[in-house]
Amino acid sequence: MSDVMARVKKMVVEHLDVEEEKVTDNAHFIDDLGADSLDNVELVMAFEEEFDIEIPDDAAEHIQTVGDAVKFISEKVG
Amino acid sequence: MFSLDGKRALVTGATGGLGGAIARKLHAAGAHVAISGTRAEKLESLATELGERVVIAAANLSDPDAVDALPKQAADALGGSIDILVANAGITRDGLLMRMKPEDFNDVIRINLESYFRLCKACLRPMMKARSGRIIGITSVVGVTGNPGQTNYAASKAGMIGFSKSLAQEVATRGITVNCIAPGFITSPMTDALNDQQRDATIARVPMGALGTGDDIANAALYLASDEANYVTGQTLHVNGGMVMV
Repeated sequence: MSDVMARVKKMVVEHLDVEEEKVTDNAHFIDDLGADSLDNVELVMAFEEEFDIEIPDDAAEHIQTVGDAVKFISEKVG
Repeated sequence: MFSLDGKRALVTGATGGLGGAIARKLHAAGAHVAISGTRAEKLESLATELGERVVIAAANLSDPDAVDALPKQAADALGGSIDILVANAGITRDGLLMRMKPEDFNDVIRINLESYFRLCKACLRPMMKARSGRIIGITSVVGVTGNPGQTNYAASKAGMIGFSKSLAQEVATRGITVNCIAPGFITSPMTDALNDQQRDATIARVPMGALGTGDDIANAALYLASDEANYVTGQTLHVNGGMVMV
């Protein structure tokens, strides 16, 4: 597992209070992990701080799954 | 009751009668207060009067960048993020619609309503993290009743109420409340300038037979800012001596 994946996973587990096994690549924040739209906003904000990057609003809209987040962040910090 | 010990508040329009009264009240309840306004000497004298736990965060609310930056500027000066936002600053550009220039309309909307949006947005991030926060918009009775000569002002104040109700629903699960206070006729330099006849006509519309004071509004702000009001959100608290009951 990549470093980004591990950190994202940890943040998702903490923020959404879900079991680690559920936080898979394909897990959808809202449909699978019980997030609401505000959770999504908060997660994006948390990613920005954790990885010291900026995630523009139009990109944030497309971050729907754990994999989306990892992919976006990896490209930014890569 | 109503202790704000250790809380950090930002009050805009603190050089006005209402804003000054609100800043004094929150400060007296123990809050650390950032006072914002456009008149430097008035801010200085209010800061001197209050003594400790006060910082000045001057900003021109007609400048969008300055508004966006204000909460951070205040938080930096206070040494921590804002727990309580009181958006009180506002202007009037009265006139009958038939004679109202677009800039008179737009200026009022920009300073009264758009700056409220900007201030709320900038304050929300730390509030969401903290899972608590208080946003209080000072609107006006005319935002609910309308008033001839104030289409622009009434629209901006009604806008604040609808905005607050929507935002209240967005952030309710995060322990953040968003409410408005709608003052009626309050003593101010403007009401002091009325002649006796005008004054009597004004008071005749108020069942309590008197104008309100800045303190009456400040008490409402203190309540909404307090922990005791934690189950109150999306509301407009009318403080008007019974002039309008909704």
